[in-house]
Amino acid sequence: MEHEKQGFVSKYIFSFDHKMIGKQYFTLAMSMGFIGGILAVLIRLQLGFPSQPFPFLENLFPVGMASGIMTPEFYVSLFTMHGTIMVFFLLSLLPVSGFGNFLIPLQIGARDMAFPFLNMLSFWTVVPGAIIIIISFFVEGGAAASGWTAYPPLSAIRSAIPGSDLGQTLWLVGMIFFVASFTMGGLNFVVTILNLRTKGLRMMRMPLTTWAQFIVGILGLLSFPALAAGALLLTFDRSLGTSFFLPAGIFIGDTLMPHEGGTPLLWQHLFWFLGHPEVYIIMLPAMGFTSDILATFCRRPIFGYKSMVYAIWAIGTLSFLVWGHHMFVSGMSPFLGSLFVVTTLAIAIPSAVKAFNWLFTIARAKIQFTSASLFGLGVVSLFVTGGLTGIFLGTNATDIQLHDTYFVVGHFHFIMAGAGLFGAFGAVYYWYPKMFGRMLSERLGKIHFWITFVAYYAVFFPMHYLGVSGMMRRIYDPNVYEYLQPLQPVNLFITISAFVLFTGQLIFIYNYFASMRRGAPATSNPWNATGLEWSTPPHPGHGNWEGEIPPAHRWPYDYSEPGKKRDFTPQWEA
Amino acid sequence: MSQTAIAQADWGGGASPFGVTWQKMMMWFFIVTDALLFAGLLVSYGVVRIATGDWPTQSEVFSLTYIATMTFVLITSSATMACGVKAAELGRPQTAAKFVWLTILGGFIFLGMQAYEWTVFIGDGGGITGNPWGSPTFSQFFFIITGFHGFHVLTGVIVLLVVAIRAAMGRYSPAGVENAGLYWHFVDLVWVFVFALFYLV
Repeated sequence: MEHEKQGFVSKYIFSFDHKMIGKQYFTLAMSMGFIGGILAVLIRLQLGFPSQPFPFLENLFPVGMASGIMTPEFYVSLFTMHGTIMVFFLLSLLPVSGFGNFLIPLQIGARDMAFPFLNMLSFWTVVPGAIIIIISFFVEGGAAASGWTAYPPLSAIRSAIPGSDLGQTLWLVGMIFFVASFTMGGLNFVVTILNLRTKGLRMMRMPLTTWAQFIVGILGLLSFPALAAGALLLTFDRSLGTSFFLPAGIFIGDTLMPHEGGTPLLWQHLFWFLGHPEVYIIMLPAMGFTSDILATFCRRPIFGYKSMVYAIWAIGTLSFLVWGHHMFVSGMSPFLGSLFVVTTLAIAIPSAVKAFNWLFTIARAKIQFTSASLFGLGVVSLFVTGGLTGIFLGTNATDIQLHDTYFVVGHFHFIMAGAGLFGAFGAVYYWYPKMFGRMLSERLGKIHFWITFVAYYAVFFPMHYLGVSGMMRRIYDPNVYEYLQPLQPVNLFITISAFVLFTGQLIFIYNYFASMRRGAPATSNPWNATGLEWSTPPHPGHGNWEGEIPPAHRWPYDYSEPGKKRDFTPQWEA
Repeated sequence: MSQTAIAQADWGGGASPFGVTWQKMMMWFFIVTDALLFAGLLVSYGVVRIATGDWPTQSEVFSLTYIATMTFVLITSSATMACGVKAAELGRPQTAAKFVWLTILGGFIFLGMQAYEWTVFIGDGGGITGNPWGSPTFSQFFFIITGFHGFHVLTGVIVLLVVAIRAAMGRYSPAGVENAGLYWHFVDLVWVFVFALFYLV
């Protein structure tokens, strides 16, 4: 295969190479994640030290932190944008768009994605979205402030609160860019996996990471249109005075709004029809990474490969039938609520299948404790913790008590955010040699893991107690309620742990960038792993394989076969 | 696009599961996701209409004969498109181009009729914030659903123009005509749903 010499622009900016596009997504997602992390630190600053002045922050946010004290309006913007940035621009972009683009062609034995131009376009569509989201902090009225779920009427009436004005409009514009980009990416994923597999790579021989990305592509294609339809209607409500989501009788201050005929519940249905599959869009790749990483470092075939694949299918299918469990207290029919309880608890079955399969893979194995495998084990731990608390929230009888408390915040930071993030970290440690041809520092990686793991539990586990004690989610200052005042030491503890958690990530960022130049050079298969991606040269060029694409002779989990000299047999060996 | 060609030429891979090219498969998946976008709008319309109550009788607002004519024009254009795809498949570019031009004509007639329908509707008092017939959401959904569909028809016409012009320049591929045809049929099919659910039910 011939490639004309590429200039800087065509190599690093408007590149068609799926690996470069994947790395571009990494850079974007990590920058957005860093910003999202700063927002989290600011949120914790307010909750740990309510309404105390921090004069140095006034320089950065002259309105929101006037004389160093955070205003309630700014606090509301902070958690809204923290959620939006983390869910969409870190946890969707890094594992799905980033690792999906980077890994799918390598793992299925393809030269590139099916449509490289569309791939490049999808990256350059999400960049303006990210920029618009960041800019919205610095416009009149500040960033959007209706939560990451953007419930109307707060998000639909421009005069409701300061953040409902220009900030919310920019939020919607940013999200439309994101949806367009993600749709293009999803199309590419699904078609590439179906049509461009190498010889012999039957669907049931694909690594679980690719299986997860395949289902994620389908989930994205089926769920994001609902958000797009909702965003279209919401834009009309905001800009043209329609009332799709607005019933009669809404007062802003003393002014009666002219709207009538709509229903805010409609937005919740449309949003959560996207919102719940979105949770699995974040989770499934992390599950795939974990399966691949654990098999490699336990030197064992993944336990129950077929059941893992079926579980991914089952989770993907069920994820479209459970959105109502976010709406138990919305005034929806209680009968409908009971149905959603059944479907929600049904999702525990395939989830438990995955958790048990991981445990059986680990059980009595001689685990090699590398940074990647530690993060893989971390995913299992967080997934079980978050899964158990999910049962309380998926059952309407208990959810009505716990709804919109810190219990929910604790829960989803474990199962979705935490497991997704740990999966992505594990994947970076595992595939970094293929990305940059060098190894990450294992010593820094292990320090990073232990700080992150301990601090993560220290931050989010106590939140369950706060929630059961009645501290509501999204509250600006819990101390206004007498019964929440005794919880202040817990909040202070969480805040300090959150600072530690954030600082720990700086180690990772240093390791990631420093190892690009100074890491030990990697061999083409440093972990003695079996997937097709390890048959490429250490730093593959555009086209991935220099000669012929190797065919797949077997599944990718042939570790420790009895009677063989080596403890692994790569997929490309007959 | 040289890079696009590489993926196919050097593939030599396993069997394509549905025996179709990835371009065609991608068009199908795109149609699925676009169909769900319309589904989102039509379901929203259904929910609001049931919740609202004072929904006007459509036949008193619209001339259903006129709408039926629009539907007829659009479905006819689907038929000419099918002829175009078949001719392209048989390797008759001239005939194919002729049918594509006829389809474009059908698309323009539909868009013109829709523009006139909007003019009449607005002239009768239908506005984006209210209307004289009942719930304000009636005219709002009218504008957003027919407008969004009209936008799709316009996109389809532009795609077909590209196909026709490329055919005239000799840069012509039967697969390209077929994929454009798939999109055009989809746009027509969506109109059938809009016609049935918004104008008739």
